[in-house]
Amino acid sequence: MDVKFNKVLIFINSLVPLALLLWDAIFGNLGANPIEFFLRTTGVLTLVFLFITLSVTPLRKYFGWNNLIKFRRMLGLYAFFYGCLHLITYSFFDKSLSVSAIASDVWERPFIAVGMFSFFLLIPLAVTSTNQMIKRLGGKNWQRLHRLIYIIAIGGVVHFWMIVKSDITYPFLFALVLAGLLGYRVYAAIEKPKKKLATN
Amino acid sequence: MHRVGNKFTNYNNFYEFSTNKTSVARKAENFVTRPWTVEVGGLVQTPRTFGIEDLLKFPQEERVYRFRCVEGWSMVIPWVGFPLKTLLENVEPLSSAKFVTFETLYDPKQMQSSFYAGIDFPYVEGLRLDEGLHPLTILATGLYGKQMPNQNGAPIRLVVPWKYGFKSIKSIVKITLTENEPPTTWNIAAPNEYGFYSNVNPNVAHPRWSQKTEQRIGEYTRRETLMFNGYADEVAKLYEGMDLKKDF
Repeated sequence: MDVKFNKVLIFINSLVPLALLLWDAIFGNLGANPIEFFLRTTGVLTLVFLFITLSVTPLRKYFGWNNLIKFRRMLGLYAFFYGCLHLITYSFFDKSLSVSAIASDVWERPFIAVGMFSFFLLIPLAVTSTNQMIKRLGGKNWQRLHRLIYIIAIGGVVHFWMIVKSDITYPFLFALVLAGLLGYRVYAAIEKPKKKLATN
Repeated sequence: MHRVGNKFTNYNNFYEFSTNKTSVARKAENFVTRPWTVEVGGLVQTPRTFGIEDLLKFPQEERVYRFRCVEGWSMVIPWVGFPLKTLLENVEPLSSAKFVTFETLYDPKQMQSSFYAGIDFPYVEGLRLDEGLHPLTILATGLYGKQMPNQNGAPIRLVVPWKYGFKSIKSIVKITLTENEPPTTWNIAAPNEYGFYSNVNPNVAHPRWSQKTEQRIGEYTRRETLMFNGYADEVAKLYEGMDLKKDF
């Protein structure tokens, strides 16, 4: 497998949703409430990239596609990237960059607090995504730190669920997929020691 | 302007058709609104069923109102219609009537909602009778000088400009005068989030979003939300002595 080529491929493809969004924004095709549309879409994209990142391990273990690991950090960084766009859109258009307005929003509205909390947990993961940082932290510690993604993803889905007025179909589907992704890890953790015992 | 008009009429909360605002217009395309009758009864002297053609005979006028959704967006809409008062006086409410209730058509054959809408149908709403008789309260039969588009609540809907949009019930088939406060759809679904009154009030936050500001459709910065959606001079007296934080 040509890792370098595939990296470029994934890098460019992950920008496609943004390109489509900007294209529609420029030509005024985001509907009656373009800010809401942009906000929703970047939020959903953040979750989607978190889920893609979380699916790397199950895919490797199940299908033996071990090379996927080489793209995982980039996918995670895209989750961070779309999360940044989401937060910037909210801060700029919804809150006019007023720190006090954002602070009172976090205080008054639990769903904002949950979203903000998840975003801040993403920051250390993004910062430590370089080769150098892995070396500095040591593989074990790095891995331990990056397990924060489980909490981040749960927080993201809860955040989505809380904003919906009554039709919870979409957040429910996201929760279901996340349950699968996390459930696989629980299952694997239970199965692994069993197998070891069996071979002994 | 035409373009903006199109956008305005493709951003609808009409859960009988879809919970997705931009899907409603398409899903309501073949909604049959003729013939149409509105049954007006309950505590009235002369209960009567009106055909839509009867209702269109009431003198129609244009009313340009601010429209504020509980979700935090707003529009300015030129409605066409007539005061609800005109209709109510026609059936002569009894002195025992204290509330007026409304019901939307629910015809699952025509209205295929989303997989899970999260609210019960038929959609029901209500006003205190003095709110219903207020001259700002209208039954709208059109907008932008045209007959009411299906997705906006054809052929006839309520518009109460000082209340959150969900009070302005669409596609009405039944109006009943009652003695007691009627159940209302969103209040049933989440009583802590949507009160019976649901007057636009920047000082009472919805548990999940601030009501201090609003996104006017077509603008890119948020505006301050005004008490009673800017109609305080006209309607504040209806609520004298009430604690609007409690009766939200």
